[in-house]
Amino acid sequence: MHKITATNDFVIKFANINGTGSASANNMFAKSIFRSGIPVTPKNIFPSNIQGLPTWYEVRVNEKGYLGRRGGVDFMVATNGQTMMQDFQEVLPGGYFLYDNTKPLAPNYKRDDIQLIGIPLTEICIQEYADPRQRQLFKNIIYVGALSYLLNIQFEVFQKLVEDQFKGKEKLITPNLHALELGYRYAKEHYTDTCGLKIEARDLNQGKILVDGNTGTALGAIYAGATVAGWYPITPSTSVVDAFEKYCKRLRVDPASGKNNFAILQAEDELAAMGMVLGASWNGARAFTATSGPGVSLMAEFLGLAYFAEIPGVLVDVQRTGPSTGMPTRTQQSDVLPAAYASHGDTKHVCLYPADPKECFEMSFNAFELTEYLQTPVIILSDLDLGMNDNLCDEFEWDDQTAYNRGKVLSKEELDSLEQRWGRYLDTDGEGIGYRTIPGTHPTKGSYFTRGSSHDEYAAYTESSEAYVRSMQRLEHKWDTAKTLVPKPVISNSSKSTKVGAIYFGTSTQAAKEAIDQAEDKQLHINGLQIKAFPFTKEVEDFIEQHDYLFVIEQNRDAQMKTMLVNELEIDPKKFISILNYDGMPITANFISKQFINVMNQDKVTPIQKADRG
Amino acid sequence: MSFIRPNIRHPQLKVNEIGYTRADYEGALSTLCAGCGHDSISASILQSCFELSIEPHKVAKMSGIGCSSKTPAYFLGKSHGFNSVHGRMPSVATGANLANRDLVYIGVSGDGDTASIGMGQFAHVVRRNLNMVYIVMNNGCYGLTKGQDSATADRGSASKKGVPNPFSSIDLCETAIQLGAGFVARSFSGDKEQLIPLIKAAISHRGFALIDVVSPCVTFNNTVKSTKSYDHVREHMNATGTFDFVPLKEEITTQYSPGETEEITLHDGSAVRLHKATENLDFSSRRSALNEIERFKEKGEILTGLLFLNPQTPDTHEMLGTTPTPLNKLTYEQLCPGNGTLKSINESFK
Ligand SMILES: Cc1ncc(C[n+]2csc(CCOP(=O)(O)OP(=O)(O)O)c2C)c(N)n1
Ligand code: SF4
Ligand SMILES: [Mg+2]
Repeated sequence: MHKITATNDFVIKFANINGTGSASANNMFAKSIFRSGIPVTPKNIFPSNIQGLPTWYEVRVNEKGYLGRRGGVDFMVATNGQTMMQDFQEVLPGGYFLYDNTKPLAPNYKRDDIQLIGIPLTEICIQEYADPRQRQLFKNIIYVGALSYLLNIQFEVFQKLVEDQFKGKEKLITPNLHALELGYRYAKEHYTDTCGLKIEARDLNQGKILVDGNTGTALGAIYAGATVAGWYPITPSTSVVDAFEKYCKRLRVDPASGKNNFAILQAEDELAAMGMVLGASWNGARAFTATSGPGVSLMAEFLGLAYFAEIPGVLVDVQRTGPSTGMPTRTQQSDVLPAAYASHGDTKHVCLYPADPKECFEMSFNAFELTEYLQTPVIILSDLDLGMNDNLCDEFEWDDQTAYNRGKVLSKEELDSLEQRWGRYLDTDGEGIGYRTIPGTHPTKGSYFTRGSSHDEYAAYTESSEAYVRSMQRLEHKWDTAKTLVPKPVISNSSKSTKVGAIYFGTSTQAAKEAIDQAEDKQLHINGLQIKAFPFTKEVEDFIEQHDYLFVIEQNRDAQMKTMLVNELEIDPKKFISILNYDGMPITANFISKQFINVMNQDKVTPIQKADRG
Repeated sequence: MSFIRPNIRHPQLKVNEIGYTRADYEGALSTLCAGCGHDSISASILQSCFELSIEPHKVAKMSGIGCSSKTPAYFLGKSHGFNSVHGRMPSVATGANLANRDLVYIGVSGDGDTASIGMGQFAHVVRRNLNMVYIVMNNGCYGLTKGQDSATADRGSASKKGVPNPFSSIDLCETAIQLGAGFVARSFSGDKEQLIPLIKAAISHRGFALIDVVSPCVTFNNTVKSTKSYDHVREHMNATGTFDFVPLKEEITTQYSPGETEEITLHDGSAVRLHKATENLDFSSRRSALNEIERFKEKGEILTGLLFLNPQTPDTHEMLGTTPTPLNKLTYEQLCPGNGTLKSINESFK
């Protein structure tokens, strides 16, 4: 029988039942790979449920540093009876199937192209532990121990991990190590030389961290000096605020008084959450909220107010599978359009698209700087895949020379020294951005009335068509200024010159880059462009201009980013070929490269740009 | 009836303790209908701030949408104002207050803005006890959208259209008392004698203070069959008593016999002195307040004046444990933990 053999390059998947303690065992496994110095990508595939439903944890090990999903499973750890058959079928030919053989496999589990690895997890636990809860928990640790032997992961790595994990709860160290050893020993006794997948320690993770994107976003908000958060719970955004609170409690409590240098308020709904953000930002604090698609829908009216009355505010949208409640615990990039144009009337919002936790950290800081400078809301479009899964990325960095740029805000002294009449919405320096004042600044100068109804340059209510048009044009001019300030795209040129491009953003980035390399192996050359922000900068426009046709890779059904590119940059839609994944699972490199290869091979026969564009 | 004056110098330039004239508290010219109750309330807010010697720039005026919500443009022109979206003023006020706890927040809303579209936010700002004054200019109808019945219209009351309202009404004072507000009062736009001391006390109260002010809409709901018309309110209004607001610096000397007069010291040391008209009302008891409101309602009467007062309720900031320094004044050094700390945070992700 053919056995898959690979070193530091495979996919292992754990099939569990949620609420049984498998998450921490699986995390420990992923961390052991990280600490062995090999790039690793764990992904949690979980139900919208608290206990008793199937959950999976897919770990990609890849020493070349490809961090997207690859597709396919080389090794399955199957502990969930409900999904066992499906899990059994999913293993690639030549792969491995680890299961609890306390009871023998049913006769319908027939495959002679995979290697079965039975470990009597239940039996071992019954012998070792009297307490049913312990039996449950340690079952997970035992299979991790078995993997340590089977995949050749150094046992010391686990020893250190357990010690770190239970710092402060030392009593738990020995029993956990014991459970690991139970699994290790059983595998060693029964499955010498069974597994062809191996871990060989490397040193590839210098300067890297393994962390979820939501933590990155929250830390970015801390470092940006955000003090007010109003929010309403919704998966997958809740952990942004949870992490913000955790680090605030650690870093933002005044040591002398014990008082909080922050305020976090759980609102009654997302409308209120956004209202709080705008009230606080209007009043000179940096404020944010985090939500997902359903919350963005509710916040639309306030976003329009913020756009028109020019109030800062940061909104973190951790996208999930829509429409409506959709698949709340699955990922998608399907709020791209609704976020960019949220609210009635002519509105549009600055959006940032982070691709890894480090970008979450940086863009979170960026968002606060941009929102205050531009006096308009900024939306960070993360997603469940990035927000809730641990992602490998570069360490977070902060330049201690940074000074916050609070934008065009007049101080008391500046108000006193003004020579001309101040107008809240006067564009005095050609950027389309007026100077604002914070309530309480000056006893007699600088007060104004903020309103979502039409106003003139001096913030006075007006129904004059001319004044209205002037203000709408100035907002458009401000939009042009935004184009010069938002993060620029990252271009990755192919080794050979080519007229084919690929555009991707956010969590499509990793898989897209790997797919480009896969195509390159087949002598198909593609230049890549990672979009980081809306509005699109000049570089995006130029890149599109320089290519005959371009793939646009996104995780939604309707090609939302493509729609925006076509409309905003007035590009012939035929120049774009969409690659769309919207099944709720993170997009894979194989899925993308297959379409690259199909299209480009065809193009060799009939060049696409000619065929399509006549 | 009094109207808001335009921004011209007042003839008698009486100054208050901080040297401001009444004109310093004026706003833009009102564009509401002549005779609208809302204008009188604006005038009372203006007068209260003048008499309390509050620096106008230390006030933030918050509102939603409606004729009532427009009024912040017509008083305290030297204060910042925020005319937000329909029914959502409470959340905007909450955010503003979180950012700077040192300002006085005066929220103005309508009965539509509060009791219909904004009912949820109203309920929640009450239970969080946000330190603000919340004034409802209650005309029982949607003035700005041309007079539809609102949720505070009494059952059977009819506006200009003449169709009696079939639905039961929401009593915002009762709701606020149930939800834990520390200061709850009802008044009438036409009774400045009562309204001004109530506003002054509400501003001095720390925590959420509701004043539900019946404020007739002369254009759509001042009919003979309306229970929110000038005539009806004047004829059916019963005050819980007369009411003095005693600022901090005035020494309290007079002694009254218990039962008729009650003196309640507010958080900032000022006091309200109540000459009670009814012995049935115990201002510190929610149950008593609800009973009295309902007792008068059964008689077809409107109970006005102070209804409930508990000066010692913790406000939102106290519950959250926020620093006394306004959050919007914290410095980079207080907010940013620096790269050294980030390095150790990075270590925890390895
Ligand atoms: C979301 C939304 N829905 C509807 C409206 C239309 N609207 C404007 S004011 C108003 C009612 C205002 O009534 P109230 O708060 O009682 O104020 P009044 O005009 O009576 O003082 C309505 C429904 C709106 N502005 N926004
Ligand atoms: S319509 Fe009614 S509420 Fe509106 S301004 Fe006129 S009188 Fe006042
Ligand atoms: Mg009304």
